[in-house]
Amino acid sequence: MSDGEFLNDALELISFRIGDQEFCLDIMAVREIRGWTVATPLPHSPPYVRGVINLRGAVLPILDLKARLGLGVAEPSARSVIIVVHIGKRLVGLLVDGVSEILAAERASVQPTPNVGCDSVGQFVRGIIAMEGRMISWIALDEILPDETDAEAA
Amino acid sequence: MDPMDAIKQTYFQECDELLAALEEGLLALEAGEGDSDTINAVFRAVHSVKGGAGAFGFEAMVAFAHVFETALDLMRSGKLAPDNDVLKIMLRASDVLGDHVQAAKGEGVVDNARERAMLEELEALTNADAPVPRAAAQADAPAGDEWGFTPMKFEFDAPAPSGWRLVMRPSPAMYAKGHDALLFLRELERLGEITVTLDASALPDLGALTAETPYLNWIVELPADVSEAAIRDVFDFVGEDCPIELTRDEPPAPAALDLDAFLSAPTLEPQSPVDAPAPVVADVHEDKAVSAAEKSGAKGVAAASGATIRVDLERVDRMIDLVGELVINQAMLAQRVAESGAGRSSTIAMGLDELEQLTREIQDSVMAIRAQPVKSVFQRMPRLVREIASATGKQVRLVMEGEATEVDKTVIERLSDPITHMLRNAIDHGLETPEERAEAGKPEEGAVRLAALHRSGRIVIEVSDDGKGINRPRVRDIAVKKGLIAPDANLTDDEIDNLIFLPGFSTASAVSNISGRGVGMDVVKRSIQALGGRISISSQPGKGSTFTLSLPLTLAVLDGMVITAGEQTLVAPLTAIVETLRPKPDEVRPLGPTGAVLAVRGGYVPLIDIAVALGQREKAADPTKGVVLLVDTEAGGRAALVADEIQGQRQVVIKSLEANYQRVDGVAAATILGDGRVALILDVDTVVEKRLNERHAPFAKAS
Repeated sequence: MSDGEFLNDALELISFRIGDQEFCLDIMAVREIRGWTVATPLPHSPPYVRGVINLRGAVLPILDLKARLGLGVAEPSARSVIIVVHIGKRLVGLLVDGVSEILAAERASVQPTPNVGCDSVGQFVRGIIAMEGRMISWIALDEILPDETDAEAA
Repeated sequence: MDPMDAIKQTYFQECDELLAALEEGLLALEAGEGDSDTINAVFRAVHSVKGGAGAFGFEAMVAFAHVFETALDLMRSGKLAPDNDVLKIMLRASDVLGDHVQAAKGEGVVDNARERAMLEELEALTNADAPVPRAAAQADAPAGDEWGFTPMKFEFDAPAPSGWRLVMRPSPAMYAKGHDALLFLRELERLGEITVTLDASALPDLGALTAETPYLNWIVELPADVSEAAIRDVFDFVGEDCPIELTRDEPPAPAALDLDAFLSAPTLEPQSPVDAPAPVVADVHEDKAVSAAEKSGAKGVAAASGATIRVDLERVDRMIDLVGELVINQAMLAQRVAESGAGRSSTIAMGLDELEQLTREIQDSVMAIRAQPVKSVFQRMPRLVREIASATGKQVRLVMEGEATEVDKTVIERLSDPITHMLRNAIDHGLETPEERAEAGKPEEGAVRLAALHRSGRIVIEVSDDGKGINRPRVRDIAVKKGLIAPDANLTDDEIDNLIFLPGFSTASAVSNISGRGVGMDVVKRSIQALGGRISISSQPGKGSTFTLSLPLTLAVLDGMVITAGEQTLVAPLTAIVETLRPKPDEVRPLGPTGAVLAVRGGYVPLIDIAVALGQREKAADPTKGVVLLVDTEAGGRAALVADEIQGQRQVVIKSLEANYQRVDGVAAATILGDGRVALILDVDTVVEKRLNERHAPFAKAS
């Protein structure tokens, strides 16, 4: 299950903050949300891979979404949370600054990502949702895992 | 799953078991250990495979199995002597039958040319041997032996043959056991053109009819060129549950060779023992066979009902996972209790100790559930050996020992490839040709031994041959030519032998299609190391070589040494560690701008700082302040890993990193420690290899 290729037009999204930007994910991809715990760093991994934590016996990789999106390195605080999501068959934890709310949106209301001349935006943002004067970027989950060549290069 | 599919799966499982039994029986016969029971067992195996194949409509398999069965039947009735040549053909036939089963599973194809050749050989056996030893057979076989087993082709010679008339009288028991008369008719149809007449004369009025009683009988007319044995075989499965009467429509012309000897018997009345249904036939022949069949039957039943159960593997795996969690949880609890300041003799600490023992025991017993004998891997090897032997023109006898040795299923699955490779090597490179062997004063038949045993908590697999041993000067030459060693390197015999494990080494001067598949011993070594195993070789020129590989009994847990390097807690597999020591300042020598070596008993081994190797810090720590783990690795021989501290030794549950992430260089897997945090398990080989290739490239080759 990826982030929700559902046939119905209503999207349920969970929104969260990274720095001063707002992002969201399809809620169906989210398995749980948990507090930040210190991760065990992995050698030779890209900088946005924080390491691995123990999720009830499973080894869960933690991605720093802020670093992945090229917004700088996150500094986890007590308010930081890990959103555990399914990406394909994998379970991955995303480190974000804090979860805001659950949104409902029409699929039709998703606008295409404007070209701002930035690779990471084009790659990781699926679309833009405008809501009550806020702009929320919809994350393309399938893209955020490092592929093997990424890790080798790092 | 579709019920039919489920039944088919069961059939395939049975097929595998039957094929294994078939091969085992033939091998026993070849070794001269078989008796009539063994022959019967072999026959039954082929027959059962054929029966099931017919039910599922695997026509090709039925056709082949039938010819095979005919030949075996001759052997069973003593008309075909089970000498070595015959058994070799039978063994190859069993391989082809195995191919058919694979093909039916949809996992392979049958080599048509091979099958045709096989069929010809089998038919040659049946046709050539059937008439010849008849006199002998008549002399010593018990009465009633002669009626069956006419090879199908035989009757072509009989002039003016007449048809068979078969009366089928199904009994209530037959239907109660789920047999269907229609299937028998279909099976008969396969034998030739048939005419079926329904005999409903026994059918009572509706009022008198009971649903459980079969009233219908069938009269089937079959062409004369069908052998009686073939007809009876159709009913082999039902036995007494479906009495049949088989008669010739007219007596055959007396001129038909010795046919009258065969054909006088079939006209007997149902009361005659000869006309008893087919499964009992074996009993008629020899009383011993009866008891044996009963015995083995009883054993099979007991095993199926009382002693074992079949459990879905997923359930067992799930349980093992859960027990793994339990172990981790118990460790966490123990740590918390220790932190809370409860004394060692407090009741809670004592209770915890008991819990720990219990968890260990539970873990051991759960692991034992998944343990399997290596037989499942070993039994594939005789065929492989036969194929390699015939491809290389060498004569090989495979001796297997310790097939009952048990090891975890996760390990079993990965044993097959290395063993296959080592056997290939032993036969292709190790054994000489029969001529060379004769010259060397050895028996022409080479022996290859495959053995499994338990040794100090590990499983050891040995593959040895009595061939020419490793040709050390040649190995050396090749290694020099390929630039693997320096021309003037001074190597011990042992070191030369181990050169064959180096990547890019292949001794066969001509690339044969058996061993030279672009995969060398280095790949075998690598795959074994990936499992936490080791491989070694010992060789005596002219006497043969022995490959020994040792593997952990399970891939689910690992004995490790918990160490600190940099800020991190890591686990080093105990199997890789040769010794640990605190180096004295005068034992550490700098070498080159950044490198350093450690003096250990007269030799120097490269020092590798683990934290640096894993990219946690830039500069190596002072080795004299830390602890050195002396490890054995393959690419660079020995190396000394520097850790900051050793925390202790414990058994850890192996967790895959790949499940949710990907492979990480230098890390074999992960585990969860008592504090609930993830600790990485070091992949000692890649850590060393990587470090040495970066820094000491010239040394890596020389050592």
